[in-house]
Amino acid sequence: MNLVRNHVLISIDAGTIMAGARAVEKALVDEINRQGLAGEIAVLETGSIGATGQGVVIVVYPEGLYYANVTPEDASEIVEEHLLKGRPVKRLIMTEMPRQQVIRKEKTGLLKEQARIVLRNSGVINPENIDEYIAEGGYEGIERAFTELKPAGVIKEIKDSGLVGRGGAAFTTAMKWDFASKAPGDPKYIICNADEGEPGTFKDRLILEGDPHKLIEGMMLAGYAVGAAKGFIYIRGEYALSIERLEKAITQARLYGLLGENILESGFSFDLAVMKGAGAYVCGEETALIESLEGKRGHPRNKPPYPVTEGLWGKPTVVNNVETLANVPEIIRNGAAWYRGYGTDKCPGTKVYTIIGNVATPGLIEAEMGTTLRDIIYEYAGGIKEGKKFKGALVGGAAGAFMGPEMLDAKMDFVNLKEYAAVLGSGAILVMDESTDIVGMLQSVLHFFKHESCGHCVPCRLGTKQLVEIVDRIAGGKGKVEDIESLVKISEVMRDTSFCPLGQSLNLPISSSLKYFRDEVYGRVQQPA
Amino acid sequence: MNLEELKKIREKAQKDVELRQKQSRVRIVVGMGTSGIAAGARDVLKTFVEEVGKRNLADVIVTQTGEKGLASQEPMVEVFEEGKPAVVYGNMSPEKAKRVVVEHVVNGHPVSEFAI
Repeated sequence: MNLVRNHVLISIDAGTIMAGARAVEKALVDEINRQGLAGEIAVLETGSIGATGQGVVIVVYPEGLYYANVTPEDASEIVEEHLLKGRPVKRLIMTEMPRQQVIRKEKTGLLKEQARIVLRNSGVINPENIDEYIAEGGYEGIERAFTELKPAGVIKEIKDSGLVGRGGAAFTTAMKWDFASKAPGDPKYIICNADEGEPGTFKDRLILEGDPHKLIEGMMLAGYAVGAAKGFIYIRGEYALSIERLEKAITQARLYGLLGENILESGFSFDLAVMKGAGAYVCGEETALIESLEGKRGHPRNKPPYPVTEGLWGKPTVVNNVETLANVPEIIRNGAAWYRGYGTDKCPGTKVYTIIGNVATPGLIEAEMGTTLRDIIYEYAGGIKEGKKFKGALVGGAAGAFMGPEMLDAKMDFVNLKEYAAVLGSGAILVMDESTDIVGMLQSVLHFFKHESCGHCVPCRLGTKQLVEIVDRIAGGKGKVEDIESLVKISEVMRDTSFCPLGQSLNLPISSSLKYFRDEVYGRVQQPA
Repeated sequence: MNLEELKKIREKAQKDVELRQKQSRVRIVVGMGTSGIAAGARDVLKTFVEEVGKRNLADVIVTQTGEKGLASQEPMVEVFEEGKPAVVYGNMSPEKAKRVVVEHVVNGHPVSEFAI
């Protein structure tokens, strides 16, 4: 055995790569070799550790010390001072990090470890090494499914766990699988929707970058449950690192015989393919996604029939979001009762959020369902930057809802958020401090929709254009009271008549901004004489 | 691959991952200040790492620290054993390090002639 004294984990995700993580990694390795420490110090890549905007982040074990904003020039100091002489480089130690240790669990009022189910391995294991995933209990779920549960048992376990889709619609996962398993037609397909396009959201990307095997196992379990032998991961084309890691992970799983024919001598065969999207927002809608997968233009289909009966190439198809599928292996491995220990009775489990905007520590967190917005902002994200006042948050990305201070104590889960439940899906929380201009925010949201409208149906194609013209007028100080009324009216018509959720969801940011920031918006238009 | 083989891979991999954040029975701390390094602490540290690795001692951590302030005794090494007082060794060399691993770390008898 070769004893490794220190492990240096370098967080490699799209953000840290842009900050120069590869150069830092090379500098560290070069310096370690130069100092003759190769063999006793190992440099490993890992996924996101959950902090963003802090440059290149590394963790040194066994101390568990985090360094932030590391540059290649710092490498020699870290190696010589810390790794050789054992003196941590104080000036680089990360002082502000998203809280990961303890949160309040409101049910019991007890302090407990942050509930990490989906992100359990992210930032801990090397995502490019299947052995590390296996060491953390990986592929135990599939083992239990084969030996104990069988397909019907897998669906039952998921049903008992109460898992609902994390993509936004909050549809019961077990029901979807059950429909697909009973639907006539062969072959059947599993699709993972990894076309994460909601502005401000990058949780799926970080799940994929940090723990790709979790998704693979989740898809295997879905395939086993519904009787599908083929799965597709439809992923946003810009997610270069996720794609690279997924493909590596798939290759490793094939080498181990965990994908392919007769997996673990169970008689079950399953394989995966990664398909890249071309950057259209609408392709996140499941039927548009299926069209795109079939090689056609990404237009939504008429529903019904739903994909569970007629999906990809007209065959029964399950489309699940990345986060939903990433929950599956842990549920099957630990059992439904264990899963129900997290979250609330009606919404068990956790939710992954990306917190951005005017907070002290933007980043990626996983919180139990039912955690309040206040706790998410003040406990996890360190509160508002520079001690300013909280004004509001845009929750759920562009198709999300504005929430004012009165929503701070709202419990974040699919039941308590009621009309805003859909915004939970993307998990984007954009926090605004007192200096933020709501009209300006609305303007960017509406411009985004105009750009992304696919043009398939009239209400959305023309509506988004009108909305942009009106909001520009208001922002330019030339708006009238009637303009605000038009915004509401047009978006309501779009909500009721648009073909797909893209046009339907636009009413949410408009109506919610008026609900919580009415005076501010009305203050921006010319007052009637 | 079958289930049995998967289990074997898991057991092996678990050992490797545990090493990173392991709970240790014995912690060997080598003083790596400037005078320590000048007196040969680097080779002492290397020897500890090799010896511990060779014997597959999964519950032993070898780590380093800065100047202790007793330059005349460098290289200095401290051995912390769970539930026992720490032992400080001075004027260490790679040969002495090998004996400390065998007698103290493995068999639990501090090498009193090296202790200060």
